[in-house]
Amino acid sequence: MRLELVKRPQRSMLFSALSPFIAFGLTIVAGAILFALLGINPLTAFYTYFISPITEVWQLHELAIKAAPLILIAVGLSVCFRSNIWNIGAEGQFVFGAIVGSVIPVLYPDMQGPFVLPLMLLMGMVGGAAYAAIPAFLKTRFNTNEILTSLMLVYVAQLFLDWLVRGPWRDPKGFNFPQTVQFNPSAVLPELMPMSGRANLGFVFALVAAVLVWILMSRMLKGFEIRVLGSSPRAGRFAGFSFNRMVFFAFMLSGALAGLAGISEVSGAIGQLQPSISPGYGFTAIIVAFLGRLNPLGIVAAGLVLGLTYLGGEAAQSVLGISDKVARVFQGMLLFFVLGCDTLIHYRIRLVGLAPKLDASPKLEEAH
Amino acid sequence: MGGTVSAQEGTANLLEVRGLTKIFGTLTACDHIDLTIGKGEIHALLGENGAGKSTLVKMLFGSLEPHSGEINWDGQSVRMTSPSVAKKLGIGMVFQHFSLFEALTAAENIALSLDDGAPIGTIAAKARALSYSYGLPLDPDSLVGDLSVGERQRIEIIRCLLQAPQLIILDEPTSVLTPQEADKLFETLERLRAEGKSILYISHRLEEVKRLCDRATVLRHGKVVGHCNPREETASSLARMMVGNEVKSAERTPITLEGAQELLSVCGLSRKPAGPFSTPLKNIWLAVKAGEILGIAGVAGNGQGELFEALSGEVQQTSADSVRIRGKDAGRLDITGRRLLGAAFVPEERLGHGAAPRMKLSENLLLSRYATDGKAFVGSGGMVKNGAVYDAAQRIIKIMDVRKSAPDPEAAALSGGNLQKFIVGRELDRQPTVMVVNQPTWGVDAGASAHIRQALIELARGGSAVLVISQDLDELFEISDAIAVMHNGELSKPIPIAEATFERIGLLMGGAEPGHVDQKLETA
Repeated sequence: MRLELVKRPQRSMLFSALSPFIAFGLTIVAGAILFALLGINPLTAFYTYFISPITEVWQLHELAIKAAPLILIAVGLSVCFRSNIWNIGAEGQFVFGAIVGSVIPVLYPDMQGPFVLPLMLLMGMVGGAAYAAIPAFLKTRFNTNEILTSLMLVYVAQLFLDWLVRGPWRDPKGFNFPQTVQFNPSAVLPELMPMSGRANLGFVFALVAAVLVWILMSRMLKGFEIRVLGSSPRAGRFAGFSFNRMVFFAFMLSGALAGLAGISEVSGAIGQLQPSISPGYGFTAIIVAFLGRLNPLGIVAAGLVLGLTYLGGEAAQSVLGISDKVARVFQGMLLFFVLGCDTLIHYRIRLVGLAPKLDASPKLEEAH
Repeated sequence: MGGTVSAQEGTANLLEVRGLTKIFGTLTACDHIDLTIGKGEIHALLGENGAGKSTLVKMLFGSLEPHSGEINWDGQSVRMTSPSVAKKLGIGMVFQHFSLFEALTAAENIALSLDDGAPIGTIAAKARALSYSYGLPLDPDSLVGDLSVGERQRIEIIRCLLQAPQLIILDEPTSVLTPQEADKLFETLERLRAEGKSILYISHRLEEVKRLCDRATVLRHGKVVGHCNPREETASSLARMMVGNEVKSAERTPITLEGAQELLSVCGLSRKPAGPFSTPLKNIWLAVKAGEILGIAGVAGNGQGELFEALSGEVQQTSADSVRIRGKDAGRLDITGRRLLGAAFVPEERLGHGAAPRMKLSENLLLSRYATDGKAFVGSGGMVKNGAVYDAAQRIIKIMDVRKSAPDPEAAALSGGNLQKFIVGRELDRQPTVMVVNQPTWGVDAGASAHIRQALIELARGGSAVLVISQDLDELFEISDAIAVMHNGELSKPIPIAEATFERIGLLMGGAEPGHVDQKLETA
């Protein structure tokens, strides 16, 4: 007895559209079981987790802060994944973009003026793109697997940041804490509505990026090229599109957006560099990209949902006294169910056992 | 043949189908189909593209479930719930579109479908023995990705025969074979018939149906329009049953090419083999003049695919003057650069090469035309003018009579012949100066083939140079002004159509050197 996946002749459009919601529902059910096993009333838990973090206006600002990097990164990743290129290293590009973008406020704190912030953002994007170009180069030149190289470069970037903030970039007046100087005001990302909360321009960047990439993918020749090369590479070559150029384009676009997310996070929400600047945004964004069906507009919604899981994790920790790692469990379950639903839209499960043999062979024997 | 008839008389029918019906949405693909296949019979299934042949066969093979009707196998009512049930009953199928993994060897592909856990070595040895005994030589250790369409078909046939089926379904099997190869296949099929096996033979080549098949069932628009004995019919009476009216073959008006300009020339083109099993190109010279159709014949896998890639620019040359388009060096241009010089290309594989399967027809139009028709289809800032692309796609669909189920369906939703009409039409619509086509009518029905061939002739007579690579000799004789033959990566001198005979071309296809052909013919 074994399980087999059999390709369905037709995909159901209805279930393709419903799949993220079904996946979310299944995550809730599985989460309820999880909370019940932990001895917590699931209703209380869900209220704490999903409702309480967005009951007040300032909390919505916090949600925007969490969702912004997720959306920015996931929008870039959607371009990669649509072209069948697997950039798993957005976390590293996020960190590297943050480092390069912070060069001015850390090393030249006296440099001030309106040009500083745009320059920082630009440098952050260039840094992220350059860092993403490494796995692209390795793939096109040596045919290495980009999943492995991009993932390994995440740890290189994280450890490089760790070394910087403990070593050469450490704030000399910071009582030996591993962190850089606080950015001066002209290097800080402005808040959108300082009266009601902390949300900064990063969320606007995320929305603009989502709209621009949506236009790119659905309206422009470049988007067409991305989709053709992703879905049938040989037809793409026949069209005259270069796969190698696409590898660089997809990696560097997603790297630039991850780098922008990185520098926005550092200059907005944090205000300085420290050993850890991301609660795994680059990895969670992979879930966001798939939950949003690789559609930039879907990704905005998915980014808000996943942003909520971070806030819910914090709330659960303070109110219910359970580890904020529950957030990671939720994210993992959500990705599992999304991919599961997508698989079942394309395939159905068949049990292969002894039954068909018993069914068919006697007939053959009778026939002879 | 006498033995065959007595075998039929003695036993009951192997397969009886009554009132089989399949409905897709509003379309009744198969409408109360009746079909009877006796033991030791070769039964032809005839019909145009979209007549319901594929749907019927899929139901017989268990990959589609019928809405109503019954299937009797050897007198027993059976339900074909899946292909594995059909296989266990003893039905084998050779598909028109092959289901092979390119990265695996022939033997590994065969092992995957056998499901009995025998070691690869044993399977390879069995496959090799079987392939040679049936006259379909096959190297089981070669990678499928490096094999030609004709060779891939052999794998499918051997794979099917290894399962010792009672009924073998063959979907357009000769469409990729040379006359000699087809003859060998017919011998194989006749031998299988003599062994008491039954064959359901799907084809639109009426001559071979007349020659090979004992009975025929003709489908049109999902209905059986008649059962007949093909030996008692003429090709045109069969065609009438299939199409419902007379099919014209393409008309080639004679032309003098004195002083016409060479629009496509290849000078000393060589190419190293791309993989361990692909064919190198050796010092190829050819020229196609304005107004001319040059046909390139050859057994599958003799370098035609490699030549196409070298001409199209999917693989570029090291020296710029080895390929010249409209008198300009094009050897180091990519496919877009060559298109911009006025060339158009139609590859052999429709799905996945000529067209992206999951994309709409309009998007597939953009695929090969975004650069040449940049002004019409792409606006400022790289925005695609979807409306213009859609209108152009609809125009091509209308001109080429592409039959489809939705206004702008995905390429994969079309039948092979209709997609081919679209892909050829997509290039013709540009009025290219140079057109290179590989296998223009592979697996395309009679009506659509005539349409495509006539269109190619008209393009040439309008002043373009057309190069047609084909394994279908009838086709090449119908449309070409001269025929050159590829063998083992070398190209013979072109033979003007007036001097070309099947025999002479066949000898070249078999590897006779150009210089020796005349002698052999004279002595013969």
